[in-house]
Amino acid sequence: MAVGQSHIRKDVRAKVTGKTRYTDDFSMPGMLQAKYVRSPIAHGLVKSIDKAAALAIPGVEAVFTHEDVPKTLFPTAGHPFSLDPDHQDVADRLLLTDHVRYHGDEVAIVVARDHLTAAKAAKAVVVEYEELPVCVTSEAAMAKDAPAIHKGGNIIKFTTFEIGGKLADAEKETDIIVEGTFSTPIVLHCHLENHTAYAYMDDSDHLVIVSSTQIPHICRRIVGQALDMPWARIRVIKPYIGGGFGNKQDVVLEPMVAFLSTKLGGAPVKIELEREEGLVATRTRHSQTVTARAGVTNDGVIKFIDLNVINNTGAYASHGHSIPMAAGSKFCNLYPRSVSKFSATTHYGNVPAAGAMRAYGSPQLFFGVESVLEEVARELGMDSVDFRIKNSARPGDIISKIGDKKHAVGMIECLEKGREAIDWEAKKERYRKEEGNIRRGLGVASFSYGSGTYPACVEIAGCRLILNQDGSVHMQIGATEIGQGSDTALAQMAAETLGIDYDAIHVVSEQDTDVTPFDPGAYASRQTYVAAPAVHQAAGKLKAKILEHYHLMTGEDKENLDLSGGKIIRKDQPESVLLDLQDLALDSYYHKERGGQLTAEVSSKTCTNAPSYGCTFVDLEVDIEMCAVTIKQIINVHDAGKIIHPLSAEGQVHGGMAMGVGMALFEELLVDPESGWIYNGNLLDYKIPTCVDIPDLESAFVETFDPTSPYGNKSLGEPPIISQGPAIRNAIWDATGVKINEIPMTPKVLFRHFKNAGLI
Amino acid sequence: MQSMNIKLTINTRKYEMDVDVRKSLMDLLRELGYTSVKHGCGVGECGACTVLVDDIPIDSCLYLATWANNTAIRTTEGECRDGKLSAVQDAYVEEGAVQCGFCTPGLIMTTTSFLEKNKGKDLSREEIKTGHAGNLCRCTGYQTIINAVETASKK
Repeated sequence: MAVGQSHIRKDVRAKVTGKTRYTDDFSMPGMLQAKYVRSPIAHGLVKSIDKAAALAIPGVEAVFTHEDVPKTLFPTAGHPFSLDPDHQDVADRLLLTDHVRYHGDEVAIVVARDHLTAAKAAKAVVVEYEELPVCVTSEAAMAKDAPAIHKGGNIIKFTTFEIGGKLADAEKETDIIVEGTFSTPIVLHCHLENHTAYAYMDDSDHLVIVSSTQIPHICRRIVGQALDMPWARIRVIKPYIGGGFGNKQDVVLEPMVAFLSTKLGGAPVKIELEREEGLVATRTRHSQTVTARAGVTNDGVIKFIDLNVINNTGAYASHGHSIPMAAGSKFCNLYPRSVSKFSATTHYGNVPAAGAMRAYGSPQLFFGVESVLEEVARELGMDSVDFRIKNSARPGDIISKIGDKKHAVGMIECLEKGREAIDWEAKKERYRKEEGNIRRGLGVASFSYGSGTYPACVEIAGCRLILNQDGSVHMQIGATEIGQGSDTALAQMAAETLGIDYDAIHVVSEQDTDVTPFDPGAYASRQTYVAAPAVHQAAGKLKAKILEHYHLMTGEDKENLDLSGGKIIRKDQPESVLLDLQDLALDSYYHKERGGQLTAEVSSKTCTNAPSYGCTFVDLEVDIEMCAVTIKQIINVHDAGKIIHPLSAEGQVHGGMAMGVGMALFEELLVDPESGWIYNGNLLDYKIPTCVDIPDLESAFVETFDPTSPYGNKSLGEPPIISQGPAIRNAIWDATGVKINEIPMTPKVLFRHFKNAGLI
Repeated sequence: MQSMNIKLTINTRKYEMDVDVRKSLMDLLRELGYTSVKHGCGVGECGACTVLVDDIPIDSCLYLATWANNTAIRTTEGECRDGKLSAVQDAYVEEGAVQCGFCTPGLIMTTTSFLEKNKGKDLSREEIKTGHAGNLCRCTGYQTIINAVETASKK
């Protein structure tokens, strides 16, 4: 059995020996380097640009400004194209702008023969600005007299839905209603590999772009839109990627390198962002304010959850118009027997553009949901875990907005498993008596997520399998490996269904839109779920072709044949080997009359969306005088369906937990509320956790088998980051009696709250 | 451009060349084909460019190439000999300590130096963490990396 085993990752030997090549590890003779000229102010109009001094520097090839770029506005969000004009992404970008909207916006670009010269020349470009009033906060951006950051005003979208009944009716049935407002900051992805891309032209018509992207096929379409080129004349190649976490689910550098190459006779032109640019001039996590109301009966049944979100998407829309709704449509999977009302307003602001980041709005939303529900449980005098168990999704509930009832649901088992693992009841009893400066507390928070984007977007995946002469199989998949291990998981699936060894599957990890089967890419924790049917069907087809060829060779009845361990066998005599796959392959390739290259290719669409579940349990210590939080134990329990690769699954959980702890306790991009100036746009001042900041991370799984996947699996990439914030907040409340309704819960923030509460 | 003649050994190969005095060791190594040395920040914050200079880990992005004159440099390419992974590389594979892989070469060199320095010692997880705090990883939460160091220390 290949599925369910921790096989050696396909890429790991190459990675530990330094052999994997990332975008920046490629070069071409004559490659030019480009460097942006960035705005030093957060909002204003470009009055003039003097490029003479830059052009005079030896080695500078060209300087382009907003006057030189196409006047077509284009979207950048990494969504598949939508046939519904109302569902298409917001087109609000030009390649370079004369209306700067955040500190770092792109007004010009310099191309030079080397990086140092480009950097020097970028500083020599003189730009005059007329400053405009700056809107950093939601209040400022949504004020009646706020300056318009884009034509049409600052509000991009209002979305709302109500499911599971009517809020007005549910309100009448409740005994207790609790309300709170919860805020989360701008958070950065901080993948180790910065955004890098280069482009060149093969001839006078075709562009080749090599990029560190999560979405090669979407990238091709958006570059086509931005440059008004037929999509098929653009070829996007994705080598190995040094992490993305959603920041590369956006088209960032690709249209620009493509534009530059077309302007410079097809010469190869590269942009490698510096770390400081990569942090603020790509995308961020949206800062949000969530007003959450929940109503329950006296016996602890949730009747409604009513959420109102204000979502600051920053200078450009990117994914802003879709993020709140995506999170909203996933949260209602968790407590499906109550009414869920959800409303969200997304607006522009003079801060870096926010886009997709791991779990796409859910960490922000669940900070509100699981905090307000904790208040409800305490108001009722119910145990936090018992309250959640009573209300959580169960098998047979109507799950998701599609109305499916058929999914595997292991939420309650997750809570039970976590409660036991952290020794909840004994610790609760012990910590209750604690007084003094050092206090312990316990917290829990749940989450739900989806396994893709259907029905909001098309879910399409592709797989091509080729039997090689030596009996091994090459696999090309549209699903994009970005470090999460999708190549390995999908190879396991192919091996399982084909009946050959995992080691006999070679995955073509590099994506090339000229040859790779179509798939929109790595996002929404979709890939193992939506690529599974394509892999399953392709493997089934190839296996049938192999058995058919054996029938051609021998006349033996196909119905009685099988492929197992890379050998042709008879079903009724599995121990008797009829032929090795290598010998069959040689015959199919080289016999003069029969056979051919045996291949199978499937493009499949997934029209289901399995909900995944889980929770975080945390045991922490608060030093009240020092306003310091130390996590003593933290556990994530997940229902991700069948676990395909246990070691990688744990790795996804650990990584998400550490990011979640970072978001809860340390991380925040600081933007001056008056000027929009960014204070900490570097890795020294923007604190992501180092290994001394992270406690030992425990992960556990409740393995279910979702019937909508051929292998039973559900999403796992993003869910691990969702529930640390509210679990830590609930544990700090448990320890100190103080509710911290804002993230990050740094000593500075705790000090303010502890002082207000009279603790210090 | 001012240049300086330097001699150094990189893994098993000996080099003698003129280098631009402004060039970082990271850029020099990458130009020579040692692309395991990653550019993550360029200012010594992330550790992705960690190599060993005379067995001491340094951020090669803020170490001038000329300072490497008459030294022996080790990168992760050189830790795999005759197709056999080093004990550290092997432990990273075994423990699942690799995801995107961009921090991996630098971390492997930090671990290699850390374990050579602490050979024979019984290391606590806290000591391992302190010894690896200069390398950032955003994928793993460090859990499997610390596991890998523990495993390698016993090999």
